[in-house]
Amino acid sequence: MTVLPLGAAATAPPAGPRHHILSVLVENKAGVLARVAGLFSRRGFNIYSLAVAPTDEGERLSRITIVVDVESAPLEQVVAQLDKLVNVVTISHMAPAEAVERELLLATVEAGEDRRSQVIQLVGVFGGEVVSVGHDRLTVMLAGRPEKIDDFEGLLEAYPVVELQRTGRVALPKLERPSAPGRGR
Amino acid sequence: MKLTGAQALIKSLEMQQVEVMFGLPGGAILPVYDPILTSSIRHVLVRHEQGAGHMAEGYAMVTGRPGVAMVTSGPGATNIVTPLSNAYMDSTPLVVVSGQVATGAIGTDAFQECDITGVTMGITKHNWLIKSAEDIPRTVAAAFHVATTGRPGPVLIDVPKDVSNATMEWYWPESEHDLDLPGYHPVTEGDPAAIRRAAELLAAAERPVLYVGGGVLKARAAEAVRALAERTGAPVVTTLMARGAFPDSHPLCLGMPGMHGNYTAVTAMQRCDLLVSLGARFDDRVTGKVDAFAPEATVVHVDIDPAEIGKVRRPEVGIVGDCRQVTEGLVAALGDAAPPDLGAWWDQLRAWQEEYPLYYEEAEGGALRPQAVVEALRDAAPPGTVVVAGVGQHQMWASQWWRFDEPYTWVNSGGAGTMGFAVPAAVGAKVGRPDRTVWAIDGDGCFQMTAQELVTAAAERIPVKVAILNNAYLGMVRQWQEMFYGERYSEVYLSPDLPDYVLWAEAMGCVGIRAESPEDVGPAIEKANAIDDRPVVVDFRTDAFEKVFPMVPAGAPNDDIVVHPDQQGGPR
Repeated sequence: MTVLPLGAAATAPPAGPRHHILSVLVENKAGVLARVAGLFSRRGFNIYSLAVAPTDEGERLSRITIVVDVESAPLEQVVAQLDKLVNVVTISHMAPAEAVERELLLATVEAGEDRRSQVIQLVGVFGGEVVSVGHDRLTVMLAGRPEKIDDFEGLLEAYPVVELQRTGRVALPKLERPSAPGRGR
Repeated sequence: MKLTGAQALIKSLEMQQVEVMFGLPGGAILPVYDPILTSSIRHVLVRHEQGAGHMAEGYAMVTGRPGVAMVTSGPGATNIVTPLSNAYMDSTPLVVVSGQVATGAIGTDAFQECDITGVTMGITKHNWLIKSAEDIPRTVAAAFHVATTGRPGPVLIDVPKDVSNATMEWYWPESEHDLDLPGYHPVTEGDPAAIRRAAELLAAAERPVLYVGGGVLKARAAEAVRALAERTGAPVVTTLMARGAFPDSHPLCLGMPGMHGNYTAVTAMQRCDLLVSLGARFDDRVTGKVDAFAPEATVVHVDIDPAEIGKVRRPEVGIVGDCRQVTEGLVAALGDAAPPDLGAWWDQLRAWQEEYPLYYEEAEGGALRPQAVVEALRDAAPPGTVVVAGVGQHQMWASQWWRFDEPYTWVNSGGAGTMGFAVPAAVGAKVGRPDRTVWAIDGDGCFQMTAQELVTAAAERIPVKVAILNNAYLGMVRQWQEMFYGERYSEVYLSPDLPDYVLWAEAMGCVGIRAESPEDVGPAIEKANAIDDRPVVVDFRTDAFEKVFPMVPAGAPNDDIVVHPDQQGGPR
């Protein structure tokens, strides 16, 4: 699993076919996340990012969104091995083009008097929020497409960043657009 | 009806028709041992928990029923990790119940505490930590269900001491739905279209091979495979895990393929145009260098585990399903069409068999060839004898030289290759099939790892027979050092006389016999076969420098198979 060091510039996620998104519905029981992570580690599959939380189904189930580096192993194998876990209920997988992906970032940046307004402007331009105000620092939040988060993170580096946390992306399949009348496809 | 957790646990095992379990009590599992006194389940008290695990495996491998072991927490549980890992690699159904410290003490480094569910996550099909006595019946039922369905495998149930002592209202789950396994749905029915496609390929193939693996035994598919083979006239190879699944004496049988398989079986797979894999997993010991394996073959892969399809070799037709059901489907799909003419293929196969049979050099002087011992044991063995082996040269010779004509008569550790497997597994096998003669063919290195379970055998009157092919070395390692490390022998010498195996056997309540020369062999075996009331150990002093042939060196393509030096120089 790639862990970004604190304050380091973001690396763009592997582009194109290298990464694939797995949306895994699992039983919300103690140890399930450990089983999933253990499986990936044991089989040598690389996790780029992972996000997990209970779903709305009476909290019996959780959804784990995993971005897998499919150069480490064929996607088919990853899905098949994951499916063998007794606690895994269903798996759907999406290429980035088939998914609606979002991510959230929190970052504390140096923002003394000389640069405070710049930071606030930058946040405004991206449509983010200032969520905590300190004497010389600001904590900012941005939610949006992963690529937008990457750009924002890159620009924050100038301030510099004191501490940063990204959630990892969550994703659901893109819905089919209803076809407009009179328009050929 | 109100029961304690301990009573509920034993009653649940009885509901699962468990007849025997292998175990060793301790603090955390103590409450569970009390109801055992009045249970219908026979408990075999072992001398090491590793022995309990391998006994349960041997039992499972000959009976097809899940093997059950019971151990305490901490070191009791960690001692059974090797058998769990072994069962995981060979897909053997095993249910291990381990005691655990009280729920309130978990995570505090309590006495004999171990996170065994964490430790065994990667080597069990699934495991459970029971947190409330009420969950016991449902969890036991779920555990047996998972262990025995789909691709079989080991499971572990961790039972904290306070859970065993708590009271609960007894119930037994009515249906599969009550097991609470929303994510577990093994596929057993093969896709009919894929089966038809595979049948078409079989009908058209000119050089087919049926590659039969351990899954055929798990699925109880031996008869179906025989029907398929006879229907198509195709040659059959049986892997190390499948010996006996197709009779060695059958004219269509080529024997064992793989790193130490015979020349014809290995080469047939390399030159075939259609490889039909039934319950096999393209293990590296069979494929050799993967990208050079069966280069001309179209592959049909039948397996109950979807993750095996395409894991090593992408098949043209992959069929997920129960081996027996799919094989019967294949026979049906072949219909009445005349079987293909495989005359030319069989001419080639017979020529290879003629040119490169399994071979060893006759001994000169008083030397005792290990292969000759295996042949002597085989020829004197009562029908239906079950053979159990450890891991190493002796294992390969046993698999090569015995004649397996019945399924479930060969028990060994394939995927994990666990030395020390033979003695306890033989005990378990004999408990499972008390009507059969059970011979463990073991190495001297392996024997020393788990021999204490012969005390269990003597105490419980389980009359197994152990043939130690005592060459005074860790033979397989010595062979590799001779062949690949310029005869630099590092840490492989054991000594033929230390320990004195005959004295040791007698100290453990067995009959001990020694055979030092070829003339000793016949009488020793006869004497051993006549003893029925206690275990027997025969110390065969075999030639230390024999090597297992053929051999495909590790990582090499199967085409680089090395035959015995006496056979080299013939045309390939």
